[in-house]
Amino acid sequence: MSAREEILARIRTAVAGARDDGPADAGIPRGYRAVRQVDDLVELFAERVRDYRAIVHVVPEDDLTAALARVAGGRRLVLPEGLPGGWAPGPGHADPYTADGVLTACAVAVAETGTIVLDHGPGQGTRAETLVPDHHVCVVRAAQIVGGVPEAVARLDPSRPLTWISGPSATSDIELNRVEGVHGPRTLEVVIAT
Amino acid sequence: MSATFLGMPGNFPKNAAEAVQNSQLRFNLRKATHTIRDKRAAVVGELPDWQELRAAGKAIKDHTLRHLDRYLLQLEEAVTRAGGTVHWARDAAEANRIVADLVKATGETEVVKVKSMATQEIGLNEALAKEGVTAYETDLAELIVQLGDDFPSHILVPAIHRNRSEIREIFLREMPDAPAGLSDDPAALAEAARLHLRERFLRSKVAISGANFMIAETGTLVVLESEGNGRMCLTLPRTLISVVGIEKLLPTWRDLEVFLQLLPRSSTGERMNPYTSMWTGSVEGQDFHLVLLDNGRTGVLADEVGRQALRCIRCSACLNVCPVYERAGGHAYGSVYPGPIGAILTPQLRGMSSDLDASLPFASSLCGACYDVCPVAIDIPEVLVDLRAKAPHGAAERAGMKAAGWVLNSERRLGAAQRLASRMRRFVPKRRLPGPLAAWTDTRDVPDIPEESFRDWWERNERA
Ligand code: SF4
Repeated sequence: MSAREEILARIRTAVAGARDDGPADAGIPRGYRAVRQVDDLVELFAERVRDYRAIVHVVPEDDLTAALARVAGGRRLVLPEGLPGGWAPGPGHADPYTADGVLTACAVAVAETGTIVLDHGPGQGTRAETLVPDHHVCVVRAAQIVGGVPEAVARLDPSRPLTWISGPSATSDIELNRVEGVHGPRTLEVVIAT
Repeated sequence: MSATFLGMPGNFPKNAAEAVQNSQLRFNLRKATHTIRDKRAAVVGELPDWQELRAAGKAIKDHTLRHLDRYLLQLEEAVTRAGGTVHWARDAAEANRIVADLVKATGETEVVKVKSMATQEIGLNEALAKEGVTAYETDLAELIVQLGDDFPSHILVPAIHRNRSEIREIFLREMPDAPAGLSDDPAALAEAARLHLRERFLRSKVAISGANFMIAETGTLVVLESEGNGRMCLTLPRTLISVVGIEKLLPTWRDLEVFLQLLPRSSTGERMNPYTSMWTGSVEGQDFHLVLLDNGRTGVLADEVGRQALRCIRCSACLNVCPVYERAGGHAYGSVYPGPIGAILTPQLRGMSSDLDASLPFASSLCGACYDVCPVAIDIPEVLVDLRAKAPHGAAERAGMKAAGWVLNSERRLGAAQRLASRMRRFVPKRRLPGPLAAWTDTRDVPDIPEESFRDWWERNERA
């Protein structure tokens, strides 16, 4: 018997006596909140991202180009393909290994947990481009912010590679002291366009 | 679990007794478990629907386990459709063989690893070493453990038993590129590890990971982490091999809405961990292999009471509230799975033929704190009681003395001895108690006897 057949047979024997709760997951109690009632999504999101010691700017959409130029401040940034017109604060730096940072859009953001999610679609770069540079500038449009995790999961496409980011990389492995910045970008800067 | 040796030999009471004497370990453990415990309580308290999430998490896992065969086949199909290759491993030896062959087929002799309990369970690093392949751990704590030639002691903070000056010494001794003037500041130590590993990430062609969840419906794998070494391993190398226990399955994409709330809050006590990576099959041209691991899990599944242990999402909340773990430390459990979950999982995976494994179900005072915090509501005390009844009698009794009570009592006994001594302070030589207590304190670390009054001492220590 192949390992596959043997493991499947062992499972079938093991659960043979257990009550069959039916093929679908209809019996699962889902009494938790599907939607968050949040008065001000931008305010909650900004507060929760700041809790992770990330830098947050809230700017009017009209001001976005100028704000990104200020944030870039002459840094050599990777500018991924498909970045919306007008965002580029200057010429892009192609090599993530020598760049000072990376500027991206995002797919969705979660207010309650202060999380941004990249699906690495247009304007979001490859996984390496958003990981290797030491500084990640991410633009979040107000309409992309949802209240909680269930709303974010519902909006995302699982066939895409997804990276959920909640603050800069961190470790608490040495006497539980939080140290920001191990292997991922040490600085996370989130620009919320309202 | 096959015969891979991890942690200490012996039995739980003996190991615990040794650990209880180690005051550095006790101090680190107490600080760590209490810090994480408080953080967890705060972020769990923020969610008014925590109990509903917990009930859903339990029900989803139970449903998955009941139909594990069907969901595994669905997963296999989805991963294959997305360009990945699925392998099945009955036991540790088979899993190690599969991984070693995959690595050798790439022609590489080095692999980078992201923290994975499943690969520790099967002793993958040792198996690869025998085949001439060096596996480098990239999680900071795992790196500390690996460089220190040591064993992990906590699911989440594996180097919890090491303090900063010990870590500095390990780095200076074992990392050729460690800066000469390295201080013991945690930020400096983290920076040294960053530089040490960066070059390795960029060079490595093969990575090995585990996964926190696998989604049957979509074939998606999910890894939660903090440092970014996971993202490095999952993203940069050309070949990715993930070794995952068959119980890590969830039926639908939607189920993540429950577990992405339960796990980070229970585990690190954060609203969300810094990084979560999700990928389906082969991404950005990567060669992806998934090794599905049984290694005793189907045996656990066959036990009506014990099977609930397979709901475990390895958050470590039960360790952090356990009074026995806090005193004994992770090594005493002699397995990659320490604490209350280890006490019910290890004897079921490995059987109870050794003294150590037969003594594990006794490594608890049955206080129930572990059940209260468990995000998938595993009734650990219920399984412990059931396993105690099944433990081979002779071995369990030899190991006996009701391990937990002994560990707790040894502290109480120590306390009583100290209180007695404080009243007779002038007459007592340092570090050795008089009369019949002498033999007992000979092997124990008796703190300096305080000058303060008995009453003050008592109050201070009862509050601490
Ligand atoms: S048994 Fe429960 S609390 Fe303990 S590690 Fe597993 S999921 Fe977490």
